Amino acid sequence: MKEEELPQVSTATNPDGDARLPTPAHDASSVIRRAPQTPPDKPEGFHVVGKAMAKTDSFTRVTGQDKFADDIFLPNMLYGKMVRSTVPHAVLKRVDASAARALPGVVAVATGADILVRYGILPSSPDEMVMALDKVRYVGDPIACVVADDELTAEEAAELVDVEYEALPAIGTIDQALRDDLPQIHENPRRTNNIHKEAHLEFGDVEAGFAQADRIFEDEYFFEGNTHAPIEQHAVVAQYGGDGKLTIWCSTQTPHYLHRIACAVLGMPGSQVRIIAPPVGGGFGGKTEPFAHELAAAYLARKTGRPVKIALNRQEVFYAHRGRHPVRFKLKTGVKNDGTITAIHLQSWLDGGAYGSYGVATTYYTGALTTVTYKVPAYKFDGCRVFTNKPPCGPKRGHGTTQPRFALENQLDKIADALGLDAAEYRKQIAVDPYTSTVNGLRVTSCGLRECIDAACERTQYKTKRAAMRRGKGIGIAASAYLCGAGLPIYWNDMPQSGAMVKVDRGGGVTVFAGTSDCGQGSTHMLAAIVAETLGIDVMDVSVCFGDTDLTPVDLGSYSSRVTFMAGNAAREAAGKARALIAQAAAAKLGSAQERIGFAGRRVYDLDEPSHALTFIAAVQLAEAQFGTLATVGSYWAPKLAAGYKGSGVGPSPAYSYSVAVAEVDVDLETGAIQVEKITLAHDVGRCINADSVEGQIEGGVYMGLGEALMEEWPFRAGEHKIPNLLDYKTLTSLDAPPIEAIIIETDDREGPFGAKEAGQGPLNPVIPAIANAVADAIKARIHSTPITAEKILKALDASSGSTLRLKKMPASQPPPPVPA
Amino acid sequence: MTVAPPKVLTTLDVNGAPVQVAFHPNKTLLEVLREDLGLTGTKHGCEMGHCGACCVLVDEQPVLSCLALAIEMTGHKIRTVEGLATNGHLHPIQQAFAECGAAQCGYCTPGFLMTGAALVEQHGGLSETEIREAIAGNLCRCTGYTKIIEAIQLAATRMERAASSGYSK
Ligand code: FES
Ligand code: FES
Repeated sequence: MKEEELPQVSTATNPDGDARLPTPAHDASSVIRRAPQTPPDKPEGFHVVGKAMAKTDSFTRVTGQDKFADDIFLPNMLYGKMVRSTVPHAVLKRVDASAARALPGVVAVATGADILVRYGILPSSPDEMVMALDKVRYVGDPIACVVADDELTAEEAAELVDVEYEALPAIGTIDQALRDDLPQIHENPRRTNNIHKEAHLEFGDVEAGFAQADRIFEDEYFFEGNTHAPIEQHAVVAQYGGDGKLTIWCSTQTPHYLHRIACAVLGMPGSQVRIIAPPVGGGFGGKTEPFAHELAAAYLARKTGRPVKIALNRQEVFYAHRGRHPVRFKLKTGVKNDGTITAIHLQSWLDGGAYGSYGVATTYYTGALTTVTYKVPAYKFDGCRVFTNKPPCGPKRGHGTTQPRFALENQLDKIADALGLDAAEYRKQIAVDPYTSTVNGLRVTSCGLRECIDAACERTQYKTKRAAMRRGKGIGIAASAYLCGAGLPIYWNDMPQSGAMVKVDRGGGVTVFAGTSDCGQGSTHMLAAIVAETLGIDVMDVSVCFGDTDLTPVDLGSYSSRVTFMAGNAAREAAGKARALIAQAAAAKLGSAQERIGFAGRRVYDLDEPSHALTFIAAVQLAEAQFGTLATVGSYWAPKLAAGYKGSGVGPSPAYSYSVAVAEVDVDLETGAIQVEKITLAHDVGRCINADSVEGQIEGGVYMGLGEALMEEWPFRAGEHKIPNLLDYKTLTSLDAPPIEAIIIETDDREGPFGAKEAGQGPLNPVIPAIANAVADAIKARIHSTPITAEKILKALDASSGSTLRLKKMPASQPPPPVPA
Repeated sequence: MTVAPPKVLTTLDVNGAPVQVAFHPNKTLLEVLREDLGLTGTKHGCEMGHCGACCVLVDEQPVLSCLALAIEMTGHKIRTVEGLATNGHLHPIQQAFAECGAAQCGYCTPGFLMTGAALVEQHGGLSETEIREAIAGNLCRCTGYTKIIEAIQLAATRMERAASSGYSK
């Protein structure tokens, strides 16, 4: 073919705009894929929201093209290694880095004395240093940082840093931390023990509530600590430019909070520091605060003028931790004979590890959401978080609400049994009603708790099975609620919690800018879907620019299940403003009323006469000609919901999601081995933006809950984490994970974007007590601590039968037959 | 003090093409792929053989690249996630992972894709149990494995259908 014979492409503007886009190799419209297992009812008119579709970023994920933090390699880059404490509790006598400095290839070493600033994610507990100055508080506590030309040299140099300790007694348990005769991990002249935070709250007439009760149940529970174990190990790259600006790429769920703290720690103005959050390879709450290695990399990049990368190894990830607090509970509940709750008194003791982290909030969270699932007229809560010489605990999926939920739902089943009530019907009977408020001043909006119970029971034939199962087989139910974003930011301010910008290009592409971080939960797709829905275009027409403090408006981050509700609402507002401009221009052209302009299928049309239409591109160009550059903003402020008492800032949320799990288990009564046969989970998501993502979040939450229920542990020996690796730290593999059935319930929240709430964290919470209740059904004995292991089951069986330890009844082991020659 | 042994210049066969690369002979295949060849699609979650994130194919068999020395790879065919798509068309396993939502954060995904690709390319008529067994060495913390198993099944079905209609990959 000759050149002249080739088709000609005109770049002159087509007056109608050309909406016939070339079909990309993987056109979004061709990748709808399976009907969701549980198609929720869709109101007429949504063309993106609620559909099950591949996330917009799925296609780059499966090609390996996405750059995670550790995939960034910059020219002339140095590699850093943290020197970490090898003892749990000690005074630092001497840190001598001279041998390390002398090693060829080593470029710089920093120690505690270099950065004399104390910080903490919560303004109320600024108790961390980038590197320890005079004391170490857990095995793994950072002491120094070495940077070298390559990683091996940095590792070797780190070994050469000579550290002299003067050992102090290590505090390893809650009981030890409460004692008055042991040294304080953090000096506190107002106390004689290692209590970090105490909270005491009382609502309604608790004494009268217990006096009115026909029955009072009192139990103790223990929830074991565990960790997020994201597959991506934390990594950071920091670069200090010739212009004096510092850029930090980092696996973080909270770029904005890192921005604030990096500026404070390094003494730099916000305008000179840029945080970029690339895609995060799993967070689950574990990457929501600044880590020492991130700040050390930034400091050393500035000091050396060369880019610095620090990538944690798996052992260090276990030390960075910020995982689930181990919590001990005392739970007292008063009920009438019909099961009506008259009062609850909940006491919690949290093992916080060595630093504050989010712990003040966690403490309140162990008590705050007790009242949002069932009607509780009087409630008393006493919480106490202690310091121990272990890696700091923090927020993990379900932040502080997962542990009490195990206790509450476990005891509720016991109450139902004692009163002869069906556990599912009983929960429906006492469930909170939508659009009410709780005794501790929390506003409940949409609530699909009863619908979730019905759906999960119906799907599993709960009642038939519960009545008919043989001993050893069990079915159990549990319910829970979770936040759709913390009502307050972690530092006091009146600014919006989320901002978004929408820019409409005259070629028909739309970019949404938001400070969110995508840790796999699907926030990028969610933003694209909300904007595409508002503007009547395909999700693949929308690009999302996220998590960059230079480019994107502030979003507080991917924690407390806040992103869909808050960033989603901000994006919706921004897109709505762009839509209004485009509609105004289109209305003039079409001679229609602006309110009668609709957007769908990349067309802008008259709702009363849909054939009377412009392409989206044509309408955009008219609007740009009329109004100038099309760029709009949206902001989300949560309604002011805090009740005003001390601690009332933790718990309020613009909405709560509700989840109900039904677990089916088969327990081997001889060995105690538990086989989870199936988990069915119904989740009130408000409205799902993408059914596939919601299902994925439910399945992931169930999986993570199962690990906590059955195997994940946080064990220490002589102050040292016993199993800081992914082989010994047991998680479920594909062979352990049972079938999971997700049921999506929609309640259309009045304030959520298109009615949406959350799905990232809520579905984890009911799984653990559902397993506990199913095991209790199977063995007719209750287990009051996690994880629920074979050993505990055998002990419980023995205790309930009064026999001696079952293990003793096993036949004496036979020596193996001789190996044939 | 250990000094890194001098670099060696070797030719490796990566994604169907020979590539000359100089690296320290104590480096793992994972390190050479990511650091010396810029193929950062292959991930790592432990570098101890525990997580499966670093899985690549060596002579079409899944291998944990964090446990293999790159120097031992001469004469073997290495395939990474970057080598799955051909001429801009995703491999059926990639297409299925994207469609099914099998990649949430996507960090474990390259490892699962390579294990899955070896499975669906070499075996037909896969049962769910066979898939579960094949991927038991790959950890995922996001998905609960449900959609990963669905995706492998979908890819297997499509490839069988394509093969029976006379079209090979
Ligand atoms: S990085 Fe190779 S198995 Fe984890
Ligand atoms: S998708 Fe995140 S670890 Fe598997």
